[in-house]
Amino acid sequence: MLKADIQLDTKGLACPMPIVKTKKAMEGLVDGEVLEVQATDKGSKADLAAWAGNIGHQYIGTIEENEILYHYIRKCSKDINVEETFENTISIEEITGRSGVILDVREEVEYAFGHIEGAISIPMGELDARIKELDMDKEIYVICRTGKRSDMAAHKLANAGFNKVYNVLPGMTAWKGELTKNI
Amino acid sequence: MTVNTCTAADVARKVIEKKELFILDVRNEDAFEDWKIEGQKFEYLNIPYFELLDGVEEILPKIPTDKDVLIVCAKEGSSIMIAEMLSVEGLDVCYLAGGMKSWSMYLEPIKVGELPNGGELYQFIRLGKGCLSYMVISEGEAALIDAVRFTEVFTNFAHEKGVEIKHVFDTHLHADHISGGRAIATATGAKYYLPKADAIEVVFEYTELADGLTVQLGSSKIDVGVLYSPGHTIGSTSLVIDGKYLFTGDILFIDSIGRPDLAGLAEDWVGDLRETLYRRYRELAEDLIVHPSHFMKIDELNEDGTVAKRLGDLFVENYGLNIKDEEEFRTLVTENLPPQPNAYQEIRRVNMGEITPDNEAQTEMEIGPNRCAVR
Repeated sequence: MLKADIQLDTKGLACPMPIVKTKKAMEGLVDGEVLEVQATDKGSKADLAAWAGNIGHQYIGTIEENEILYHYIRKCSKDINVEETFENTISIEEITGRSGVILDVREEVEYAFGHIEGAISIPMGELDARIKELDMDKEIYVICRTGKRSDMAAHKLANAGFNKVYNVLPGMTAWKGELTKNI
Repeated sequence: MTVNTCTAADVARKVIEKKELFILDVRNEDAFEDWKIEGQKFEYLNIPYFELLDGVEEILPKIPTDKDVLIVCAKEGSSIMIAEMLSVEGLDVCYLAGGMKSWSMYLEPIKVGELPNGGELYQFIRLGKGCLSYMVISEGEAALIDAVRFTEVFTNFAHEKGVEIKHVFDTHLHADHISGGRAIATATGAKYYLPKADAIEVVFEYTELADGLTVQLGSSKIDVGVLYSPGHTIGSTSLVIDGKYLFTGDILFIDSIGRPDLAGLAEDWVGDLRETLYRRYRELAEDLIVHPSHFMKIDELNEDGTVAKRLGDLFVENYGLNIKDEEEFRTLVTENLPPQPNAYQEIRRVNMGEITPDNEAQTEMEIGPNRCAVR
């Protein structure tokens, strides 16, 4: 199973209940957290994706196992608009073929549904605890979905003494290459 | 205000009688774009139910108060919720019982012709899917043509009419809907006919529907003549009943012609399609009344809700019968094709008897519009 902050069981419920319950459950999440919605209603996939898109939440994806659908949605608030301030940036088109590592700081489930081949996954929330896993001598290209979390992560790394850090802009939303999946 | 229930049969009457109706379709936008309830005087508003969870105030000005309002969703749950919300706001609305699922399944029988000695011809219109099935009745005996999978509709109708189903014809191996032919034949002891060329891979017994075969119905011996007319499939066959009615299957429709690609062989079969439409059919009497097995657009319905037209008129009006240039014809039927119907490959396997999904799965396979024609 993929990692989520909260699980919601809507198995056996027919439309509109999976969405009604999801909407309510999302209110209990803080920004950036991931909700897993378990459902048996086949129509819930298209509806959840469309609903999330309208609200501004990030629909990450759906997996199906034993006739049960597992939908993953990450809470996003539209009105939060943080400017990226980390100065050392690189465009996503320029990162292929470089030496160093790509550090993907999105949530584990976002990474699972599609990442750049070879990218290391350390979700933003785990970075402090796992910073020692990174090699200070290598270039580190920090990437997330839209450049915000990677901006914060890049600052964190710089403050910890890393000096070959780049924030990749705009982020995975603009990645046109192959995606590797772990699902 | 109360929330009322509207059945698929109620909506079918509105379509056939060309009544006005305002449909608030609360499915998601892709589903609505792909397939909706068509009516000549229907108006539509599509707002997904999940955009209305916080209230319906914003859409109130868009909903008329001077005509019937029907709320529609996939199965009915969401439409009930939205209908109740609108009702609280003081609107008088109804929802479609069973949603688009029940619309897809509903059949409306309409009498389309008379036969000697009190015989009758009925067309069963599946408005939600564009399928047309037929029952020919003569002196206590009945024959079915291209019956869809709701077998009880036909067996009950035969029972009401006090007739015995003796012959069940499928004009070809269907790819867009699941045939009820074999099941009805099994249940009633009727003979099940299928063209041999379409039946290469079938796993059951059938009687060959072959060129020149004649079948008689009732003691007054209504003739059912069989005419090989390939092009939609390699086996596609037409029937002529009583020298008056031509059943074209999926070869010729009112405002379009059959597509040759659903068994994956557009290039190979385009010549057959041309031959059937431009030579074989031309040799038939122009006064034959064409009864196809599908319609594509609601405009193809006649004033009385039936789908039928004189062959001679189709030679003049149907674009697909009026393409002089063979290359142009070839391009039309191999390149300008609409998307293929939902699950058409699986549907073919069901019709060949290779797989037998449960009723729920069959319903899912058939969801969506009919896409058997090119125009």
